[in-house]
Amino acid sequence: MALVNTTKGEMDDSLLEKREGDVDNDNEYTTWVEYWLDGELVHRSVHVQLKKSVGLTATTASFE
Amino acid sequence: MCTSFMGELMTATHNFTTGTGNTFKAALFLASATYNASTTAYSTTGEVTGTNYTAGGVTITNGTSPTATNSSTTAGVAYWTPTASFTYTNVTLTTAFDAVLIYNSSASNKAVSVHTFGSQTVTAGTFTLTMPSNTTTTALIRLATT
Repeated sequence: MALVNTTKGEMDDSLLEKREGDVDNDNEYTTWVEYWLDGELVHRSVHVQLKKSVGLTATTASFE
Repeated sequence: MCTSFMGELMTATHNFTTGTGNTFKAALFLASATYNASTTAYSTTGEVTGTNYTAGGVTITNGTSPTATNSSTTAGVAYWTPTASFTYTNVTLTTAFDAVLIYNSSASNKAVSVHTFGSQTVTAGTFTLTMPSNTTTTALIRLATT
């Protein structure tokens, strides 16, 4: 058993319905976890792992 | 990467040195907001609002100064990545957001870069944004010659 922070305060996770999911593409790997109580979303956390950088390719007139 | 940031590199506006450099922050923006390469500075316009989220976002951990390395006699790359995830703890953000703006809070909140991801909401939970590895090919910000 573990306590989960929810919109109704800390609750035992055994009282809640847990839903999880993930998205994996070229840009990110994202996981999320939700806890529901009687059809109401009471907790949702998200972890996004960025995969891409932003880059600047520089051009010089010449190298000395 | 914000276009204004590229110009500001030539005027020594930004200092990414660990410890003695500038303070950089990360703010979240709504999916409905327009933040892209033309963004020049942080603004509260379009920023997320919600329980336990502070306007302006979180301070970025900068444990490693930028690295510059040559790949040949005529080319090289400089790169930098924050050394810890951006964590927004115990927040409720009910309006969908899909972007984080990195900006320099030591230099009039000038923009550095905008990074997008799939649209999200958070309910009484934690939003964590983890950086790519700090390498020549995957670092969050890379400046390269070819």
